[in-house]
Amino acid sequence: MALYTETVMDHFMNPRNVGSIENADGIGEVGNAKCGDIMKIYLKIEDNIIKDIKFETFGCGSAIASSSMATEMIKGKTIEEALKVTNQQVVEALGGLPVHKLHCSVLAEEAVKSAIKDYYDKNNIPYDKSILPDNIGCEGCHMV
Amino acid sequence: MKTIYVDNAATTQTSQKVIDGMIPYMGEIYGNPSSLHSVGQRAKEVLEEAREKVARCLNANPSEIYFTSGGSESDNQAILSAAEIGLKKGKKHIISTKVEHHAVLHTLNKLKKQGFDIQLLDVDSEGFVTPEQVKEAIRDDTCLVTIMYANNEIGTIMPIKEIGKICREKGVTFHTDAVQAAGHLKIDVVDQNIDMLSLSAHKFHGPKGVGALYVKKGIFLSNLIEGGAQERNRRAGTENIPGIVGLSIALEDACNNLEENNHKMIILRDKLIDGLSKIEHSALNGPRVNRSANNVNFCFEGIEGESLLLLLDAKGICASSGSACTSGSLDPSHVLLAIGRPHEVAHGSLRLSLSENNTEEEIDYIIEQVEQVVCYLRRMSPVWKELLTGERKFML
Repeated sequence: MALYTETVMDHFMNPRNVGSIENADGIGEVGNAKCGDIMKIYLKIEDNIIKDIKFETFGCGSAIASSSMATEMIKGKTIEEALKVTNQQVVEALGGLPVHKLHCSVLAEEAVKSAIKDYYDKNNIPYDKSILPDNIGCEGCHMV
Repeated sequence: MKTIYVDNAATTQTSQKVIDGMIPYMGEIYGNPSSLHSVGQRAKEVLEEAREKVARCLNANPSEIYFTSGGSESDNQAILSAAEIGLKKGKKHIISTKVEHHAVLHTLNKLKKQGFDIQLLDVDSEGFVTPEQVKEAIRDDTCLVTIMYANNEIGTIMPIKEIGKICREKGVTFHTDAVQAAGHLKIDVVDQNIDMLSLSAHKFHGPKGVGALYVKKGIFLSNLIEGGAQERNRRAGTENIPGIVGLSIALEDACNNLEENNHKMIILRDKLIDGLSKIEHSALNGPRVNRSANNVNFCFEGIEGESLLLLLDAKGICASSGSACTSGSLDPSHVLLAIGRPHEVAHGSLRLSLSENNTEEEIDYIIEQVEQVVCYLRRMSPVWKELLTGERKFML
């Protein structure tokens, strides 16, 4: 299908980092089954570095591809570096997404942030609430 | 890899017989039917022959057939025309259903903004409206009842003859969108009490971009497209002769082979329904009886339809879905919501629409592949995991 780029199709057909992590240090879930997409991200963090990352996604091709690409982009990075990954970077790495699918990349960014926030919360690490607000979530659903 | 095309409700493959029949009208017979000279008159003859063929298939009079650009135009013209007459008589109430095609629903929505009172009847869990519902809904100011013959998504065949009878008794114009029915189900506009009927050629192995509107003699028809005097002043624009010829050949062929094709497709359809029913937490959308012979539609809990389609496409299977992601909107199919499927479940729908050219081997392959793909997607779905752990309740 010409709907998606080759990179999107590759990440959709052969998604990287699918699954879950037992005793994950941070778990983030965003989206809503009613809207048709949910992303869940699991992080293993050691010495401030994302040692392992897994995802589970209920959603369309671009949601799965965005999850896969986002996990690849932040694996091995420091938390600070991971927080700087934007949905736009995910879209660029995928070689573009159709306009009505851009919210999938937003969800991927939010899922990562939500998982990092969960890690901070669990470990009582202070953080900037303007970057990681309490209501990370379904905004992406309604922005496009 | 072999392509298995099971999206015939979207469009069908144009048959070789139709293509062969159309080719002369793109070449040697190129005249404009409105021209007085012999070249034009030859095209005019062909146009009227095609009209006679279509009329015969519907048990209508040739003068009651108008050629259009397709189902959407036919629906628009029928509805807007009935509304125009209604308005002149001070009747602004229109009855339809929640499961109509967007060509009907969006036209009705436009009329609603112009002050019409649009009443969309609820359907039951299989997609049916009853004649009694229509009877109860009809008022003194009702100018039109428009109810589809067969549903494009879930295959429900509406009791249009009985609905038509009630409309006739009450003196209300009855239009039916028969886009999924023409060439697939018996149509007799006299016996079925139909005042107006829309059909589209590419749904029965005809070409795209051509359709027809049947309008019973005596029913007023206003035109959507202004211009020349074509189609007895009701549809301007030089006639699409190759398309119209293709439509007439395709419809005649479909009507001649209707029973044989349906018999074949029903066997395939039921095999497919039985096979897919074995997938846990799945459900058939639409009825088991009074269902289009070519339609299969399932919901699979815990997955999303677009990813299902993409994976099936990679295996050579061409199908469609009612998920929001495939529609480009945020909501899943209005038809699935109308039959009571929750949003979560409606996102995971799959429509497989057959033609008489599909085979049993293809059905076996489809069942096997759908099972595998559903299982694969469920393994990576957080929703499925929550369903299994009990954090989320199964709905199917």
